[in-house]
Amino acid sequence: MSIGIIQVAVTLLIALLLIKPVGSYLVNVFSYEKTRLDRVFGPVERLFYRIMGVHEEQSMDSKQYVTAVLFSNFVMMILIYAVLRLQKHLPFNPDGIDNMPSALAFNTAASFITNTNWQAYSGESGLSYLSQMLAITFPMFTSSATGFAVAIAFIRGISGNKNELGNFYVDLVRLITRVLLPLSFIAALFLVFQGVPQTLHGAVTATTLEGANQVITRGPVASLESIKHLGTNGGGYFGTNAAHPFENPTPLTNLLHILFMLLLPTSLIYAFGVMIKNKRQGWSVFAAMSVIFLIMLGTVLFQEYKGTPALHAMGIHGNMEGKEVRFGFFESALFTAVTTAATTGSVNNMHDSLTPLGGFVPLAEMMLNNVFGGKGVGLLNGLLYVILSVFICGLMVGRTPEFLGRKIEAKEMKLASIALLIHPILILVPTALAFLRPESMASILNPGSHGISEVLYAFTSGAANNGSAFAGLTANKNFYNISIGLVMLFGRYISIIAMLAIAGSLATKSRVAASVGTFRTDTPLFTVILLMMILIIGALTFFPALALGPIAEHLGM
Amino acid sequence: MAIKQKKTLSKEMITQAVIDSFKKLNPVMMIKNPVMFIVEIGTFITFVLCVVPDAFGPSTVSRGYNVTVFLTLLFTVLFANFAEALAEGRGKAQANTLRKTKSDTIAKLLQKDGSIKEVSSTQLRKGDIVRVDAGKLIPSDGEIIEGLASVDESAITGESAPVIKEAGGDFSSVTGGTRVVSDYIIVKVTTDPGESFLDRMISLVEGATRQKTPNEIALTTLLTVLTLIFLFVIITIVPLANYLHIKLDTATLIALLVCLIPTTIGGLLSAIGITGMNRVTQFNVLAMSGKAVEAAGDIDTMILDKTGTITFGNRMAAEFIPVDGVSQKDITLAALQSSVKDETPEGRSVVELANKLGVTWPENEYADAEIIEFTAESRMSGLNVSNGTKIRKGAVDAIKAFVITANGSIPNDLEEKANQIAKAGGTPLAVSINNRIYGLIYLKDTVKPGLKERFAELRAMGIKTVMCTGDNPLTAATIAQEAGVDEFIAEAKPEDKIEAIKREQAQGKLVAMTGDGTNDAPALAQADVGLAMNSGTMAAKEAANMIDLDSDPTKLLSVIAIGKQLLITRGSLTTFSIANDIAKYFAIIPALFIVALPQLQALNIMRLTSPQSAILSALIFNAIIIPLLIPVAMKGAKYKAMDANRLLRRNLLVYGLGGMVAPFIGIKVIDMMIAGLM
Repeated sequence: MSIGIIQVAVTLLIALLLIKPVGSYLVNVFSYEKTRLDRVFGPVERLFYRIMGVHEEQSMDSKQYVTAVLFSNFVMMILIYAVLRLQKHLPFNPDGIDNMPSALAFNTAASFITNTNWQAYSGESGLSYLSQMLAITFPMFTSSATGFAVAIAFIRGISGNKNELGNFYVDLVRLITRVLLPLSFIAALFLVFQGVPQTLHGAVTATTLEGANQVITRGPVASLESIKHLGTNGGGYFGTNAAHPFENPTPLTNLLHILFMLLLPTSLIYAFGVMIKNKRQGWSVFAAMSVIFLIMLGTVLFQEYKGTPALHAMGIHGNMEGKEVRFGFFESALFTAVTTAATTGSVNNMHDSLTPLGGFVPLAEMMLNNVFGGKGVGLLNGLLYVILSVFICGLMVGRTPEFLGRKIEAKEMKLASIALLIHPILILVPTALAFLRPESMASILNPGSHGISEVLYAFTSGAANNGSAFAGLTANKNFYNISIGLVMLFGRYISIIAMLAIAGSLATKSRVAASVGTFRTDTPLFTVILLMMILIIGALTFFPALALGPIAEHLGM
Repeated sequence: MAIKQKKTLSKEMITQAVIDSFKKLNPVMMIKNPVMFIVEIGTFITFVLCVVPDAFGPSTVSRGYNVTVFLTLLFTVLFANFAEALAEGRGKAQANTLRKTKSDTIAKLLQKDGSIKEVSSTQLRKGDIVRVDAGKLIPSDGEIIEGLASVDESAITGESAPVIKEAGGDFSSVTGGTRVVSDYIIVKVTTDPGESFLDRMISLVEGATRQKTPNEIALTTLLTVLTLIFLFVIITIVPLANYLHIKLDTATLIALLVCLIPTTIGGLLSAIGITGMNRVTQFNVLAMSGKAVEAAGDIDTMILDKTGTITFGNRMAAEFIPVDGVSQKDITLAALQSSVKDETPEGRSVVELANKLGVTWPENEYADAEIIEFTAESRMSGLNVSNGTKIRKGAVDAIKAFVITANGSIPNDLEEKANQIAKAGGTPLAVSINNRIYGLIYLKDTVKPGLKERFAELRAMGIKTVMCTGDNPLTAATIAQEAGVDEFIAEAKPEDKIEAIKREQAQGKLVAMTGDGTNDAPALAQADVGLAMNSGTMAAKEAANMIDLDSDPTKLLSVIAIGKQLLITRGSLTTFSIANDIAKYFAIIPALFIVALPQLQALNIMRLTSPQSAILSALIFNAIIIPLLIPVAMKGAKYKAMDANRLLRRNLLVYGLGGMVAPFIGIKVIDMMIAGLM
């Protein structure tokens, strides 16, 4: 046990140490001032801008920025859909895989453009190599870069004094050229060294020890795997995701995966602090998120290590069902807590096989959707709660609420309300709908409370743009493909539109001076307030549904 | 005294509020408050259930249970209505007293040809000219264009001593409904009927023109969205429960919904806003909008006039100081001569002091002299005697400039002696006759008692005070130190005030100021909170967003405290309301599902007797917390001046932690009480 704890502690310590350097690097990447990075990356980027017809000096206001996000994402989504629907006739299809059906292709396109990476298909049998590269790996870069660009634009809005959020295309290109491509290239080489395949040759047939023939699927796995975690995407090459020995062969690759998932979401919070010129503010938000993360991690660790009474009765200690022996309790539990906190959605163990409260952890983290959170949007959700906390508690010091010197007024509250409302609606309404249709209930593997968890998990994963699957649920049905597809699209873009509108509105407000009469938001007290606000508003919303699902199941063990 | 209604709640007011709370059940009125509107819909549905228990599918609960839920919901709505009606009632009572003063009077309209025509005051239009004789009510708001009279303004200010009003200058505006006590005045009417000061006052205190303030709108948005979220939570739980073969009863679902939505703050929000305005009115300050009161809470900088605000302002001559080569007797005589025609308090104090020192001067000596009035620009006053002698007294540098232009010389010790006076906190006035400076008058001013402590309080709240004075920098510094203000602007002209406001605002600060003169009007308009004195000119009153009927500039401090208190009350009750939800969940969720999922008994941490008693206890707690908090809403949450972080910690402890713990206790107690009844 102590070895396991040390493993977890060392992993988290490395992640913590990386925050500051990577965060500072991110600030440089997005700075429109001349930096040394321009000399290295400038020529390539300028080439892209010329091809795309982008004027890099042109700054966009919030409306233009949103339009650019939506337009570029829409075009890419059409491209992904087209590739999936036509893969049979396109090159790089050595195994002769058929075209994808329309509902599944819609679901997959929505899933990857929104950085959700919910996989209703199985990669080995459903995708050609071209699809794996163009419809899966390509949006892993762009969707992740889109999320970060939006977060950076938001920060520029609340820290600047004009409605100038930067240029979306520049932000998108810079994140890919300066961060995602170099890092994932190095990581991919390391993964190949650890035994992850990277090839365009088709599947091989091996003769097993018993003399039977086994078809072993392979392909350009390492290149997908590295960006999958760096961009908090999560979509696996194989159906079993990072539990598959080709995706995650060794404890070292497992460590790399976990570090990569945490790397950008946590560093971004530090970059936020630097960009608003108040590092303490960054750390106070980070602290609130960390506390929730540690509570969640502790819960899943404890529950899996303890196991269930039924397993105890058989003399088995702990719950190893659905886990890989090469990772064990601790690395599995840590992976689970990280993948849903950073909304990556890859798994190295089957979440459906977790103990009820163990399974509650990924569900709860996705419902909160702001425990670090993935690809920039997590920070935005966190800042949404910051705005709410400021609004409610700010009044208690006898001033109309303000954040970073800007008054939070009716317009911002309306927009924040939209962002706040959309997440529970997208989770609860389709879940309720599924339980109103007997044919959708037929997809549920386990009856009773566990069945509720299965459906709830699917829509939560979609709404939070996480993409991890609880398994159990047969999701490749038209109802789930289309409903989860829509949930993913609304879950991502509505909150992006609302949050960028808030940034645009705050940017034009004159700044109010801080005094001892101002409620400070960079103190431990504020961290506690933010924590309570996230737990009360975020968690109480889902308490009834959770009570029927994992909580009832746990209490019934 | 009309406005200052010390007795706040009478029996009639409560009876009226009870009646009004039923009238307010009208859905057309309720929809303005989305949170309580949802409760009302719930009340209606449970009413249907009381009559037809199976209206929404087979019912598993007793009719008695439905009736109890219905009554509790009805009272929840009524309690909220009562809070609002009570707050409105108080305003109406104030308005009624005011209305009594507003009776039709006969006005003497001056025709173009000079003749007088008697008309009803309601027929007067802007620009009409009327004559008001002693003993008559002034028919409408206006400016005196001729004459001087003492006017009894007790009807609006409550101050029984009559005030002197005269044409020209800063005391020329009169208010309709006040009475001329002596002499007569010719008044130019400045408002049309229905728009007079009194009319506006009535509609303001009555709440007829009450509009939701920006912060109230923002908060209502938040409360509405929380309500919507919980509505979705409750509706979507039904199919999930069905899947587990749990039949959820409609009345219980409504009870859960009402418990979760922020009814406490939703029910009290408008009462908080109305009473916030009323509290300002009780201080005899008229706020032109609720927005102004809210802005008062945000004030970072206060610009205060020294004279009359920080000090008593009646600077008295304390000593006559001759310069070298002038005898004590000469300076005393010169000072006396400069002041015999000066009717200002300073001037009279000079005469008094000189007389006390045994120097007299017959007043009629200068009967034909031209009187030079003090102005803010020239900063000196005096006489031009018919024989050509020019006698002046005034600010030292103004007199110096005056003497130099007359080719006089400046005594060597003048500067030093003036500085000594200034350092001691006094005001030096130089006295000159023609081109010769005789010496100085030492004027003393005193800081009002208790102000230093209040400024220290303001500093603790993060509010900076800036003192504005026409005095020289040394005098200003001494008074500033004595009063404990943070900054001062010496030798200030009216433009300096507006500059100071703009400078502060450019740094992102909100500025409050007081003023009464016409030349204060631009600054009053520029300031975020401008408090005009009722004794001031119409221009100043129009430019300000608050008017102090008692003409006491220190009221600004109270207004700021009220503004802060209003916001704190709102925030505290919101926090309380949301924090309550935790306990309610633990009461209702197990109760809801316990029959089908007995293991959820573990969540029943309060050990409530039965599912039904648990639900009813939570619902009853939710209802009675509204009337229990009415006093907090009406009086405002307790507010003590301290820095924001301490204030926040304190309020979080009381309303946040209190809000979490109180319902656990309350629900348990109610459960124990009703368990026996069921």
